[in-house]
Amino acid sequence: MIEQISGFGSRAIRFIQQTGEVFIMLGKTVNYFGQLWKNRSLVFYQMYEIGVKSLPLVIFVGIFAGAVASVQTAYQLQGFISFNYLGAATSVAIFIELGPVLTALVAAGRIGASIAAEIGTMKVTEQIDALESLAIDPIRYLALPRIFSGFVMIPVLTIIADLVGILGAYFVAYMNLDLPPEIFFGSVKDFFTIMNVMSGLIKAFVFGGTTAIIGCYVGFNTSGGAEGVGQSTIRAFVLSSALILLNDYLISVILF
Amino acid sequence: MIKIHNLHKSFDEKVVLRGVDLDVFDGERLVIIGRSGCGKSVLLKHILNLMQPDKGYILVDNIAIRKVGQKDLFFLRKQFGFLFQGAALFDSMSVAENVALPLVEHTDLSPAEIERKVAEKLELVGLPGTQDLRPAELSGGMKKRIGLARAIVMDPKYVLYDEPTTGLDPIMAASIDKLIIDLSNQLKLTSIVVTHDMQSVEKVATRVVMLHVGKIIFNGDVQALHQSDNAVVNQFVSGSIEGPIQPKPVKY
Ligand SMILES: Nc1ncnc2c1ncn2[C@@H]1O[C@H](COP(=O)(O)OP(=O)(O)OP(=O)(O)O)[C@@H](O)[C@H]1O
Ligand SMILES: [Mg+2]
Repeated sequence: MIEQISGFGSRAIRFIQQTGEVFIMLGKTVNYFGQLWKNRSLVFYQMYEIGVKSLPLVIFVGIFAGAVASVQTAYQLQGFISFNYLGAATSVAIFIELGPVLTALVAAGRIGASIAAEIGTMKVTEQIDALESLAIDPIRYLALPRIFSGFVMIPVLTIIADLVGILGAYFVAYMNLDLPPEIFFGSVKDFFTIMNVMSGLIKAFVFGGTTAIIGCYVGFNTSGGAEGVGQSTIRAFVLSSALILLNDYLISVILF
Repeated sequence: MIKIHNLHKSFDEKVVLRGVDLDVFDGERLVIIGRSGCGKSVLLKHILNLMQPDKGYILVDNIAIRKVGQKDLFFLRKQFGFLFQGAALFDSMSVAENVALPLVEHTDLSPAEIERKVAEKLELVGLPGTQDLRPAELSGGMKKRIGLARAIVMDPKYVLYDEPTTGLDPIMAASIDKLIIDLSNQLKLTSIVVTHDMQSVEKVATRVVMLHVGKIIFNGDVQALHQSDNAVVNQFVSGSIEGPIQPKPVKY
């Protein structure tokens, strides 16, 4: 009993300590934001890696999420509300929830894991030590461009996912229900509010940052060779997915 | 001058350093010998504060490297070149980018000047024209030499070499030994060389220390090394199986 309590206690302490370390790393990174322009080549490279290279995946997920949302909503409206509101109902769901959350979850897999694997490999092969020995701060050199790109590019990807999501939704509505575009997009427009899109983008901003920060933190704390790198990759994915869902809930409670 | 005082370091239960005292004087070529796993690399990493001691301290030019803030720490580190045992090249970068990185980050040199400096250092380590290769395309010994080029590209005041000649053929090893000597003579830099290679010890060392079970058990010049009456030192120098150090029995 005592052992269990103390085991739980030490795990709780470890958890609090790690949370603290994550925030310290975030603080150090934000401190370097003033040097973004000086490090622009690193930043642009990561924006490309994180943003542009995720496009195919995000577009694919966006189209199908939109299509599924459309089918599901049509099913629920059937017999109660006119299909004229299908566009509105689907697009609101896409803007607020599906766009940011699915984009971020997909990104957590792709970006968070790849950041953790890359930095983790550098850690176990002493490349992080090598940076330090050359008087280069790994936080500035590695974390800054990745975390900044996470914050910026996930919202951009989310906007793209929103757009293709609505196109996917309309495609299904047209194929199944023969809904004319004026009606579908007309209702999207009538119920469109900046607030909906903004709340989605705020979520995307938080999720993107979280994913990149977790990837970096887990990467820097990798130990134990190739096996350690593998574990870090999984850890980054699980942690950032969990945090995305948790943050989604928290932000929704705060905003609505 | 580097002053190491009463350095202790353990990893969990495993005690590696148990009170290392060592002074490194300006301009000398200090060679550190010791058995595999005795903590030579760990000791070198402490000098740059890449690892932190459990007890004891290190002064670099009278500054406690452990105590200073990041800015001063980086200022101190810029005076060092560190050749890692595993070379630690950045595998996302080409050879030229690896060697150029400190120049790109810390100097205002033009790309042309940087290119010239990189070429000069690559020439020095015997690998001219390898600029566009990737670390994955290099042999172990080539990586070592690129790591050396990167370590000396800023013309540091101190160079720490972790086994510079392991994995090189005897001719290349001899030429790296010569490079270490030439650099220290021409640029008046201070060198700390970790090695197992007794041939290199003979050539390079102006002073030798031996690390054994976490302490410095020998400190003197090469001649004294050969005349030492310490049985451990004798066994290491002659590389014999008989003696106080027993190779661990092999378990099947
Ligand atoms: N990061 C670490 N975590 C845990 N143990 C470590 C770590 N680094 C080194 N050690 C342990 O410290 C001891 C000394 O390691 P070190 O690499 O300094 O040996 P060495 O003298 O350089 O050996 P070699 O000549 O083979 O390079 C080893 O037993 C190693 O297991
Ligand atoms: Mg070593």
